[in-house]
Amino acid sequence: MSHKKEVTVKLYSIMNRIRTVEEKIAELYPEQEMRCPVHLCIGQEAAEAGSCAALNDDDYVISGHRSHGHYLAKGGDLKAMLAEIYGKETGCAGGKGGSMHLIDLNVGFIGAAPIVGSTIPIGVGVAFASKLKKENRVMMIFLGDGVAEAGVFHESLNLAQLWNLPVIFVCENNLYSVYSPMHVRQPDTRRIVDLAAAHGMDSHYADGNDVEVVYQLTSDAVKKCRNGQGPVFIEFSTYRWREHCGPNFDNDIGYRTEDEYQVWRKRDPVALFRSKLINDYKFDESEIVKIEHDFKDQVNDAVKFAKESPFPDSSNAELHIYA
Amino acid sequence: MTRKIKYFEALREAQYQCMEADKDVYIMGLGVPDPKGIFGTTTGMQEKFGADRVMDIPLAENTMTGVAIGSALKGMRPILTHQRVDFALLSMEQIINQAAKWHYMFHGLHKIPMVIRMIIGRGWGQGPQHSQSLQSLFAHIPGLKVIMPTTAYDAKGLLISAIEDDNPVISLEYRWLYGISDSVPEEMYRVPIGKARVLEEGKDITIVATSYMTLESLRAREMLQERGVNAEVIDLRTLRPMDTETIINSVKKTGRLVVADTGHKMFGVSAEVLAVVLENTFERLLNKPSRVALPDYPAPTSPALCDDYYPRAGHIAAAALEQLGKAVDDKLFALPTDRRLDQPDSKFEGPF
Ligand SMILES: Cc1ncc(C[n+]2csc(CCOP(=O)(O)OP(=O)(O)O)c2C)c(N)n1
Ligand SMILES: [Mg+2]
Repeated sequence: MSHKKEVTVKLYSIMNRIRTVEEKIAELYPEQEMRCPVHLCIGQEAAEAGSCAALNDDDYVISGHRSHGHYLAKGGDLKAMLAEIYGKETGCAGGKGGSMHLIDLNVGFIGAAPIVGSTIPIGVGVAFASKLKKENRVMMIFLGDGVAEAGVFHESLNLAQLWNLPVIFVCENNLYSVYSPMHVRQPDTRRIVDLAAAHGMDSHYADGNDVEVVYQLTSDAVKKCRNGQGPVFIEFSTYRWREHCGPNFDNDIGYRTEDEYQVWRKRDPVALFRSKLINDYKFDESEIVKIEHDFKDQVNDAVKFAKESPFPDSSNAELHIYA
Repeated sequence: MTRKIKYFEALREAQYQCMEADKDVYIMGLGVPDPKGIFGTTTGMQEKFGADRVMDIPLAENTMTGVAIGSALKGMRPILTHQRVDFALLSMEQIINQAAKWHYMFHGLHKIPMVIRMIIGRGWGQGPQHSQSLQSLFAHIPGLKVIMPTTAYDAKGLLISAIEDDNPVISLEYRWLYGISDSVPEEMYRVPIGKARVLEEGKDITIVATSYMTLESLRAREMLQERGVNAEVIDLRTLRPMDTETIINSVKKTGRLVVADTGHKMFGVSAEVLAVVLENTFERLLNKPSRVALPDYPAPTSPALCDDYYPRAGHIAAAALEQLGKAVDDKLFALPTDRRLDQPDSKFEGPF
């Protein structure tokens, strides 16, 4: 396979991976066996897949409440993720964390925590130590549009730039913070990316639903970071399809319109890239179907694994209070 | 006129009536005017009072607390909301260093009449960063008042008192209380800050409880009654200032004490109540007092890990029975048949 084709397959595979898992969670959530809140990222797959695809296995990622896509895109263990959401002993955090606290250190997924903004400086700190240790690894910090309102965002950008750290800040601007639109939270006289620029940072704005654009930009950013020219900030425009938290659609409750959703729905990042593969890159559809099929089987296996795994013994709750 | 409404409706009504009564009262917080309106406690308020007095805010807890304080210096009466106490932690500097200190350190020249509402407690797998009960952090700070209403009646009456108070008041509302009804008068009324409530009188043992644990204590009282023990149940309602008199008088009468709190045991509210009793009426104690509270580790997420994490009525009753030298039976710890333990108990229902 040519390098170009390899990358193309990789990008589609990761996006498909995220979409399939998230749809599966949405489908099974009403069974009430996943007894923790879930923040699904359907609609945002391109920004997540394209960014992580630019990283090496030993590079780092850190995330917040909406972390499934980042975890999967970085290569996080699927069985351990689903088991975690099912609250099982085999989960990536032993059932202590649930959906909002995924972790897979084998692939550099440092962790996720749902206090908005709080993982940003932690990611900066990892990059700082990594730089001191001369590891030549890159830290990718995922954040939403809401974070740009928090002090910790600005303080972290300032420091990352000041210390010239190998950090890529990936901001997925999906226009909402829970049910609050941008215009009640941030002035329309500037974009989020301008804030990063004001911190003196190399900063970019792009279509987050075009996985190739995302991949190109983040690949360039990775190169810069590896050359000691980090950090880089990238804002991607995108859209969350389903409710802020939970498996349903909620365009009817009044904070956004069905029309707006439909506009974004037409820009489905997974479907767009799929048709590009067939129409522009002349993929045989059966090749794509095979990727999709194989992964569907993996997801079903992982769900089975998660459901059949034992619950942790209640005494496990007392483990790991101190190191 | 009195009718049955839910806790969340009582909170909304309190804010609504205060805003009608005083144009300096305003309310802000993440999601305040959104379709869910802070678990229903602020829905419809922006439509009624306008976007100048009912607003959404940027995700900037510390700054918005400072802004609320600044407006309070100018005589406004802000109500600031947090959907979880865990988010309010970002504003601890403004709360502890600023809000709690300005009246004191400026020799009474400034007043900070503000209310910060925070939701505490468990919900569906909310886990270590979304379900803490951090009342003792706030109760530790002189200059703050801290209320923890349990019933819808007290939720309304205490919140009105808090809004009318000239000091920073932290209101901690347990998530599982929101759907529970009680008899609540339609008109404005006040429940005084700093007064505990004796919910049920008894002679054998005193149970002092906070928030949701008050309901578990009422059920524990029934369990004890079946076992020949007559317990007095006190709902603390306010942590700071604490109504030590009601506690001391009760223990003087019963000679025994169990404290049931929604927070951690160590350095928690239960420790403070014990200290009050030991310092003031040690000689009347017939046995060593006991505490029922959260263990000393964070809240896990998996229901399998949570089931033993949260003490229930049976644990309170068992603590009481042990003090009285009576047998503790397995029936006390029977699991409910109508729900899993990570779901609210629909049998808790007022009037209280
Ligand atoms: C410090 C803090 N404040 C409030 C919240 C509640 N909260 C959870 S997610 C969220 C929205 C964040 O929006 P954004 O950063 O745009 O991410 P998105 O949900 O759109 O992916 C909010 C306000 C929180 N988790 N942490
Ligand atoms: Mg957003």
